[in-house]
Amino acid sequence: MNWILTPFKIIGNFVHTFIRELGRMACFLATSFFWVVFPPYLLRRIVKQINFIGVKTTLVIVLTGSFTGMVLALQTYYALVKFGAETSLGPVVALSLIRELGPVISALMVTGRAGSALTAEIGIMRISEQIDALDAMALNPYKYLIIPNLLAGIISLPLLNAIFVVVGVWGGYAVGVGLTGVSSGTYFGGIRDFVSEKDILEGLYKSLSFGMLITWISCYKGYFTGYGAEGVSKATTQAVVLSSVTILIWDYFMTSILLT
Amino acid sequence: MIEVVDLYKSFKNHEVLRGVNLKVEEGQTLALIGGSGKGKSVLLKLIIGLTKPDRGKILINKQDISKLRGKLLKQLKERCGIVFQGGALFDSLTVFDNVAFPLREKTRMKDSQIQDTVLAELTRVGLSGAENKYPAEISGGMKKRVALARCLVMKPEIVLFDEPTTGLDPLIGKAIHKLIRDCQKSLNFTAIMVTHEIPAIFSLVDRVAMLYNGKIIASGTPAEIETSQDPVIHQFVHGELEGPISIQ
Ligand SMILES: Nc1ncnc2c1ncn2[C@@H]1O[C@H](COP(=O)(O)OP(=O)(O)O)[C@@H](O)[C@H]1O
Ligand SMILES: [Mg+2]
Repeated sequence: MNWILTPFKIIGNFVHTFIRELGRMACFLATSFFWVVFPPYLLRRIVKQINFIGVKTTLVIVLTGSFTGMVLALQTYYALVKFGAETSLGPVVALSLIRELGPVISALMVTGRAGSALTAEIGIMRISEQIDALDAMALNPYKYLIIPNLLAGIISLPLLNAIFVVVGVWGGYAVGVGLTGVSSGTYFGGIRDFVSEKDILEGLYKSLSFGMLITWISCYKGYFTGYGAEGVSKATTQAVVLSSVTILIWDYFMTSILLT
Repeated sequence: MIEVVDLYKSFKNHEVLRGVNLKVEEGQTLALIGGSGKGKSVLLKLIIGLTKPDRGKILINKQDISKLRGKLLKQLKERCGIVFQGGALFDSLTVFDNVAFPLREKTRMKDSQIQDTVLAELTRVGLSGAENKYPAEISGGMKKRVALARCLVMKPEIVLFDEPTTGLDPLIGKAIHKLIRDCQKSLNFTAIMVTHEIPAIFSLVDRVAMLYNGKIIASGTPAEIETSQDPVIHQFVHGELEGPISIQ
């Protein structure tokens, strides 16, 4: 009989674990936002984390942004030429960057560079009892470790996204105007005509929510890490994988909602 | 005064504490002995309110810490201090900043005052000159002394030490024992010290309690424990391989 029940047991266990994990993550976020309202506000720590999550990722964002814009212009140009529509190179590059590639790729970059480091740092603080030490001093660990990261993520991501888009548009310009035959006026004129405030807002909403998602998942995984070096390494991997997957899934939902 | 009444704690299906009863009088020091991995650290964390017990009472100055919430819990925690097994120093901060951390976050002291207090505390634990080093750059013994300084700088009324001398050479171990003794005299705190330094610890503490199988099987003066006829205590205190305690 047992072998008949085994698959159900496995499925049941999986669903059970999944739902419980979701609930715990929700509680974690709710607790964090609950404590945001109460002093002390620890502005210094928020600035420090903005430096860590945002400022230190800028170089990566500039690099990936410029090459994304360049390759995008190259690919789009060869597609558009077939229809004789190469004059719309500017808006196509700009719209893809603003609505989609900017928020998503910058979020993935932040996940790889800062999200993983956050999980590892908080995880090590957990296993070396530094979080317990904070708690024992009657200081709220959420206030010192989690909230500064959440806020820094929400503040940094839109700014990184903006840098990514601007650099990307200039990268597209370099390729489109420099290598292929589009004129400078056509490129920027098209962008001015076709990019609306709504597009920019869509990018903004996306990167705001990605900023929260990344720091939320990374902090959660670090805060509830397993024992030892193995626990932390597992938590870090999980944080990166879960963040990346969630970013792409959430991106699809955001797009479908914001387009209607 | 610390009083633990019938305390139970388990993790998943692993029962660690099964009815612990313990009492430490005001101003006394109790040594807690017992095998490794048997729940001594868990007991300390329960006493200071870092985790909640499944069942039982923990009374600190007659207040049950497991029932307190919010501000009252915070006030109680502020009067207690704990020195963790690994030191638990914040590794992103220097030695100075580690010791200054509770002062900066919990008091309204001026920077110059903090500077003086921290340097005085570091001198007391014999670490003047190391204040600009990071925890990763100092030895295990120094870490434990920094942790001690960070705890004592807040002048707690109750201090819990988790293996303050384990893993240190005998001289530094002795120095730390003396340091704790001196601090205890000047600050007059109530203390529980988890330790494996038998019999060295017997001359330093007021009482000794032994944790075995999730319970306190004996608690008495050092002399009583040392001469106990109970086979378990006798075996543990005298470090004999033969006896009721099986060594896996
Ligand atoms: N947070 C936890 N989750 C699960 N098990 C734990 C946890 N903390 C401690 N334990 C278990 O409790 C037991 C006692 O641990 P501990 O109190 O650290 O022992 P020691 O007496 O050496 O200080 C160990 O078997 C440990 O695995
Ligand atoms: Mg221990």
